[in-house]
Amino acid sequence: MRFRVEKSGMLTTVQDLGRRGYQLQGVPVAGAMDACALRLGNLMLGNDEGAAALETTLLGPTLIVEEGSACCVVTGADSPIKKNNVPVEPWRVFRLNKGDTLALSAPKNGVRSYLCFSGGIDVPLVMGSRSTYTRGRFGGLEGRALKPGDCLTLGLPDPLWESSEGLECPSSLRPLRDPRTPLRVLLGPQDDAFTPEGIETFLTSEYVISSSADRMGYRMEGPVIAHKAGPDIVSDAVVLGTVQVPGHGQPIVMLADRQTTGGYTKLATVCTADIGVLAQRLPGQTVRFARISAVDAVKYLAEESRLCEEMRRLRAAWRVQGASSGGARAAQAQNSGALRVIVDGAAHNVTWERLE
Amino acid sequence: MEAVFPRVLTAGEACWVVEFGDSIDMAVNARVQALRRKIESAPFPGFIETVPTYRSLAVCFNPMVSDGEKLKDALLETAQGLTAEAEAEGETVLIPVCYEGELAPDLPRVAEHTGLSEEEVVRRHTANDCYCYMLGFTPGFSYLGGMDPTLETPRLKEPREKIPAGSVGIAAKQTGIYPIDSPGGWNLIGRTPLTLFDPDRPVPIFLNAGMWVRFYPVGPEEFARIKEDAARPDWKPEMRRREADA
Repeated sequence: MRFRVEKSGMLTTVQDLGRRGYQLQGVPVAGAMDACALRLGNLMLGNDEGAAALETTLLGPTLIVEEGSACCVVTGADSPIKKNNVPVEPWRVFRLNKGDTLALSAPKNGVRSYLCFSGGIDVPLVMGSRSTYTRGRFGGLEGRALKPGDCLTLGLPDPLWESSEGLECPSSLRPLRDPRTPLRVLLGPQDDAFTPEGIETFLTSEYVISSSADRMGYRMEGPVIAHKAGPDIVSDAVVLGTVQVPGHGQPIVMLADRQTTGGYTKLATVCTADIGVLAQRLPGQTVRFARISAVDAVKYLAEESRLCEEMRRLRAAWRVQGASSGGARAAQAQNSGALRVIVDGAAHNVTWERLE
Repeated sequence: MEAVFPRVLTAGEACWVVEFGDSIDMAVNARVQALRRKIESAPFPGFIETVPTYRSLAVCFNPMVSDGEKLKDALLETAQGLTAEAEAEGETVLIPVCYEGELAPDLPRVAEHTGLSEEEVVRRHTANDCYCYMLGFTPGFSYLGGMDPTLETPRLKEPREKIPAGSVGIAAKQTGIYPIDSPGGWNLIGRTPLTLFDPDRPVPIFLNAGMWVRFYPVGPEEFARIKEDAARPDWKPEMRRREADA
């Protein structure tokens, strides 16, 4: 399928699960801010969980299908979706055909939606990833956010991509993005650079997300976190979720487009499972931090993977069911066909015909 | 309370930071590189990547594949067993720089500040190898150590909005090369025709932490010739084994 961008939205970029393996040369990871939403959307379509999709920011884009068909699902923030001016449910797979118009408006809750398509967005792999890193101007579509007039094509879909139509992600599998829950953190690596009162302040106070909150990081405003000696250290690594505290004593949570290294003391790290929680919050909303253990952090991450595994299982079941009921229309209409199947990385062309 | 090195610090549930010291020191950094090479040559299950910095190595892993506590113990044990063997190793990348005309807008300022002639600034900037402690800030930006201390010059009071990629500058005790167009306040004393970062090249960034860098002067014609040559897809930087006594 090929589609054209009619309206670009506020900041719409191509993202996958990020660019790993180049941080040692100063290359930021980038990737989806709410990774779990991207993974679930892809699994619903039979894609690899890390296939590239469009990440929107508040106001979404308007797209027009110029050629071909595909299945699509919108996950993440609850942006109202319209296909040819008719509302479409989020977290539910629908079909797009040539001439269709798809429009996303601003969400009531959350910030970033993921428009996932069967086959994924087909832009060139740059250093192993399709993620856009706008500051470095590479990855995604020409290293930038989408603009009106851009055309994008999809990759090769799962052979049974059509059978995903109508599949819905049950609410029990959708990640919780409650704006009231505290962000769970592990202390360190430089918690010893802060006074016990400073750490206490961080763990018991409410912080407001400032207007300086983007894909690189979220600055917070609230009670000052006291250092023992000073905020500067010899530069070392910054990871996803790093809470760094410069001299002004206000925490900054580092996110997808963060620099790989930094010279401020790092009090804590938001656990991986809660990155998406923060990524769906807006400037002006409040945040609290709660200390957890590494064992718990791994447990929450495993829970996210369980949601994904469950979704993968549901789709497999849906496919089987689809072949024997509603979705059988397509199969009945056809008495032969050709598929391209990839097994263990090797592509096979398979032709089939119905024998009576 | 004095910290005992090496030590392993928590950076979330998916990363350990192995710290070898708290200062910018070549012997410390040599251990960082030694541990990085050790892990890269035999990656453990769940290993994702490392981020080497001046005095520590961040080790990123998948905590659902690799048991974090066991990994921490193993990293500490390996770190304690390291010698500074890496220091004797290393290659030098030769970086051509044109220190002339509009490519060197701040060379007069550096000469005036240091009290040296422009020729002498260039001679001292090209006289010895610099050590690449780490990369960061932007893709391919190298933090170099070992610049002749007499070249120390403070940053510009008014940073430039756009410094062209390849610019070679001095900021206080540091020297470095801008891999991509970026704003900055460094004194620009020349420009290299090499492309330090090209995301579409098979090897996007040829500099690595632990390498040495040697600048050498070229004229404008040579600059243009090398620039053309370096645009070929099979281009490789000029490398030299580092002499043991250097």
